[in-house]
Amino acid sequence: MRLPLLAALAASIALPTFAADWSETVAAAKGQTVYWNAWGGDERTNDFIAWASGRLEAEYGVTIQQVKLSDTAEAVTRVVAEKAAGKDDGGSVDMIWINGANFLSMKEQGLLHGPFLGDLPNSKYLDLSDGSAALVDFTIPTEGYESPWRLAKFVLTYDSARVDQPPMSMASLLDWSKAHPGRFTHPAVSNFMGATFLKQALIELAPDPATLQSEATEASFSAATEPLWAWYDALRPTLWREGKTFPENESVLQQMLNDGEVDFAMAFDPAAAAAAVKRGLLPDTVRSYAPAAGSIGNISFVAIPYNAAHKEGAMVVANFLLDPATQAMAQNIEVLGSYSVLDPAKLDDAAKAAFAALPASPALPANEALGATLNEPHPSWMTRIAEEWARRYTE
Amino acid sequence: MTHREGRALRLIVLFTVLAGFVLPIVAGLWETARAAFGILPAIGAGEWSLAPWRQLFGLPGFGTSVALTLWVGFGSTIISLLLASGLCALIHGRKWARARAGRVLAPFLAAPHAALAIGLAFLLSPSGWIARLLSPWATGWNLPPDIATVNDPMGFSLIIGLLIKEVPFLFLMMMTALTQIPAENHLRAGRALGYARGLVWIKIILPQIYPLIRLPVFVVLSFALSVVDMAIILGPSNPPTLAVAMTRWFYSADIGLLLPASAAALLQSVIVLLAIGVWLLAEGIATRIGRLWVRRGGRGMVSGPFLAVAGAVTGALMLAGALALASLLVWSFAWRWSFPGFLPESWSMQAWLRPGAGWGAAFAESFGIGLCATLISILIAIAWLEGEDRAGMRRVGWAEGLIYLPLLVPQVAFLYGLSVAMLGVGLGNGRATVIWGHVLFVFPYVMVALSDPWRALDRRMVGQAATLGAGPWRRLWAVKLPILLAPILVAAAIGFAVSVAQYLPTLFLGAGRIATLTTEAVTLSSGSDRRVVGVYAVLQAALPFASYLAAWWVPRMIYRDRAGLNGGRG
Amino acid sequence: MSLELEGVVIRAARSDRPLFAPLTLTVAPGEVATVMGPSGIGKSTLVDFIGGHLSAGFAPQGRVRLDGREVTGLPAEARRIGILFQDALLFPHLSVGDNLAFGLARRIRQAGPRRMAVEAALAEAGLEGFGDRDPATLSGGQLGRVALMRTLLAEPRALLLDEPFSKLDPDRRRQMRDFVFDHVRGRNIPVLMVSHDAEDAAAAGGQILRLSELAN
Repeated sequence: MRLPLLAALAASIALPTFAADWSETVAAAKGQTVYWNAWGGDERTNDFIAWASGRLEAEYGVTIQQVKLSDTAEAVTRVVAEKAAGKDDGGSVDMIWINGANFLSMKEQGLLHGPFLGDLPNSKYLDLSDGSAALVDFTIPTEGYESPWRLAKFVLTYDSARVDQPPMSMASLLDWSKAHPGRFTHPAVSNFMGATFLKQALIELAPDPATLQSEATEASFSAATEPLWAWYDALRPTLWREGKTFPENESVLQQMLNDGEVDFAMAFDPAAAAAAVKRGLLPDTVRSYAPAAGSIGNISFVAIPYNAAHKEGAMVVANFLLDPATQAMAQNIEVLGSYSVLDPAKLDDAAKAAFAALPASPALPANEALGATLNEPHPSWMTRIAEEWARRYTE
Repeated sequence: MTHREGRALRLIVLFTVLAGFVLPIVAGLWETARAAFGILPAIGAGEWSLAPWRQLFGLPGFGTSVALTLWVGFGSTIISLLLASGLCALIHGRKWARARAGRVLAPFLAAPHAALAIGLAFLLSPSGWIARLLSPWATGWNLPPDIATVNDPMGFSLIIGLLIKEVPFLFLMMMTALTQIPAENHLRAGRALGYARGLVWIKIILPQIYPLIRLPVFVVLSFALSVVDMAIILGPSNPPTLAVAMTRWFYSADIGLLLPASAAALLQSVIVLLAIGVWLLAEGIATRIGRLWVRRGGRGMVSGPFLAVAGAVTGALMLAGALALASLLVWSFAWRWSFPGFLPESWSMQAWLRPGAGWGAAFAESFGIGLCATLISILIAIAWLEGEDRAGMRRVGWAEGLIYLPLLVPQVAFLYGLSVAMLGVGLGNGRATVIWGHVLFVFPYVMVALSDPWRALDRRMVGQAATLGAGPWRRLWAVKLPILLAPILVAAAIGFAVSVAQYLPTLFLGAGRIATLTTEAVTLSSGSDRRVVGVYAVLQAALPFASYLAAWWVPRMIYRDRAGLNGGRG
Repeated sequence: MSLELEGVVIRAARSDRPLFAPLTLTVAPGEVATVMGPSGIGKSTLVDFIGGHLSAGFAPQGRVRLDGREVTGLPAEARRIGILFQDALLFPHLSVGDNLAFGLARRIRQAGPRRMAVEAALAEAGLEGFGDRDPATLSGGQLGRVALMRTLLAEPRALLLDEPFSKLDPDRRRQMRDFVFDHVRGRNIPVLMVSHDAEDAAAAGGQILRLSELAN
């Protein structure tokens, strides 16, 4: 029992000296199995992670064991439970696919390892300038505690066989839903995607969107959300099942679009619909687009818990995910269809050519249909919106 | 004859059960209770307070969640008890019907809750199989209607799902109980006094078997009040039942919710306790009213229609269950299958052809864990029963209660606390922990299944072996175990099925790293690919079926020349 | 070799009242003694006590001696007292031959001689060639004969018969009785039979004892 503890202690003392040396990390990582806690509801992502594991094993002797979560917070809970039990090393979670609220909560609790982003050689392909999207997670500076791995952007998906003219703004969405009662809904607001839909509406409807970039106060919250609730009060009775119940997440919503129960799905991934068509999960008549005023976009990150048993392995995985070849593979519509997080200006010619050669699909939105990328509000807005929504609409 | 060796064996078993089962449950409840009153050092909460409770009561939808929980719990238990009694009365004494009912119902006992729920969700939804069967020719629907069938706010679909599982369970429990009373003679005597068959059943036989199935009824009640996996898939979502809401809070991004979640977990056990109390009270009242009714000697009530309805409803439920499982199989071979097609437009083996994508590993995990948990449980159960034999003692009431304890305490109430406690004493959350967690729930079922056949073995047969000079171990190995092979394998099959179906223990005690068919199926059921879910759910249902089949087939093969052990003359 | 009972009194554990008056009896080698009494008085309980099978629900007093050596405290398998019931109680998972082999004393060790002993016993019971048969395919009389052979192969030092013939019709009963008594007399061991049938008792030809309820 004592020996591993001492070893871990020694390692933690030695870390600052050696961490800078990437080859040491790679050597330490050899043979490690990285328990990557990632939402498991998307088969494409699971396959991509399995593919990455194969490549990593061949190149670095590192394997990934994906721990499939139905909610990212499960991993946070687990780290909390381990800390409760005094398990400060050899923890069961090595890496988490994480997003704003969970990241903020873990960072505040001191549950994260790092900063480590600067140690990854492939971070040189990122835009590391001040305020770059690669360094900010929901307005929270990542400070090197997270490494980006895929780009997300809000889009709506509809079946062009059933809907001719999709609504291009939240206001026209209300009109459309009034004209087609029961044919639109959004994922439950306790879910990330459901909350994102409300944030998208908030940005469009708020009197002064600039207030959303700083932490919400009582005053700013009620002022900014008043039009949102008025709009939602009008929308809700026209929703699927009169807005009394909601699909659990965007995957369920996508399935409902496929079943014909509703006419719209939404995703935080412009290629989601195209990939679903490829996999036979949606009819080939679906199309994706962003609202005319632009849509919320952000980058998905991975983070390493403070007590992870295989920190070196996790860093090797994070670095692999930033490799231009990996990013091009991820953007391939036939694989993952997830847009690259790298700065195109920093890529060499071979990498650029690899991205240019990727296959296309009619369900894939053209760049002009994607419109502008809007900044995420400060995470306090998401928490407050979810609470306020639950207070108003849970019976 | 000395009973000393028997005592020693009994003590060892008792110690194993106390240290292995009871202590952890108590420790888990203790950790949960501490968190419920504000003590969870991990998140910096270290002071006793009632704040978690205030926060819990203030959470949106809390009242509705509790009301839903009670409604679903009592509703499904009462209805399944009525249906099971009705079915028993309907087919009692008709030998062929009895055998057939057992054969038809047993598979539903084996089918895991999650697989059944996933299938039902598709079957019943507005765009589901039933709607596809009737559309558009009968309904005129070219698009599915906006009707709340699954995840309905009143929880009807959840109740239907529970009924499909609980009616067969109570029915088979009643059938076992019936063998312990001279039911045939009472039925004959009652009918000779001018009472209709159903009426004799209600007035004479049910009151006699009810005490024998009281514990199973409580197990059903406790389960229905605290079910998670089935409620996630079929139950209302805004707000959900208390158990689902609590599971969500445990896994919420907001770590502060761990405290009210623990309070909810404690509340869940209080609800179960109170519910059992209320049930006992109602039982007393019903008994009194029943006696008055019996004394009046009325023979006029026509029981036939009630029995016919019970039979028809049960039949419809089982048909729904069978279709639900069949739909999973169809989905697993589908490529495109859109509304309102009754069958897929295009087929594909793709979901099956990629075991590397996850189902291969999950299958191996489910199989291995199930096998270990079952073997351990069978060993402890045999040790327990053999200890009783050697001590020459019958089981006392508290020991029976001890066996049922893990089934009566809601899983959600102690599992989170237990995983904290396990980490606290330095035991990691890994495969061994999960296997042990499964044994906690497999052992009671194995014990219940094995006790009666074990006791029914002719003691004089064992005595003969002794007079022929066989000592206690030889009597066990050479006489008891071979003769009891069939019931032991059936108990093992039941235990295996229970293990394969476990969701929460695998999730909590495996730190999410142990991915079984069940955890994967529940996780994927919140995804978009029914075809992949179909593969997992089909495999999840197939494992227990295969084990039942093996339990039926192996003794028949081994003893194919032994009519005495083969349903023939004994 | 003789079987001696001395001052045997049995009560149900929770009752002060013995089942029957104190019993003292000596059965000589080769004798078939009979204990008679009405049903429910505890004849089978007495058999269980002598054989070492009494369940924890009874509180016995008194001694059982075999050939002068006390066996009261020994477990059943160490007493070497055979018991025959009206049911043959052959083990259903074993063939007829294996049932006999199960009983055959461990004194004979090698496979060959053991097989020959089993075949000899089958021949003695008039069941040559029945070794591989399933016990469930035998008739009542055949089963009874196999059961007796199995018991005798264990080389018991005493034999108890608990209503052994009560299930048989009169003709069969006589045949079976003769078969049993012939075989046990030849072994020169004490035999104690409990029965409620006077004809059985007379045919046994040994002493007859009546169990009586304790006077109030």
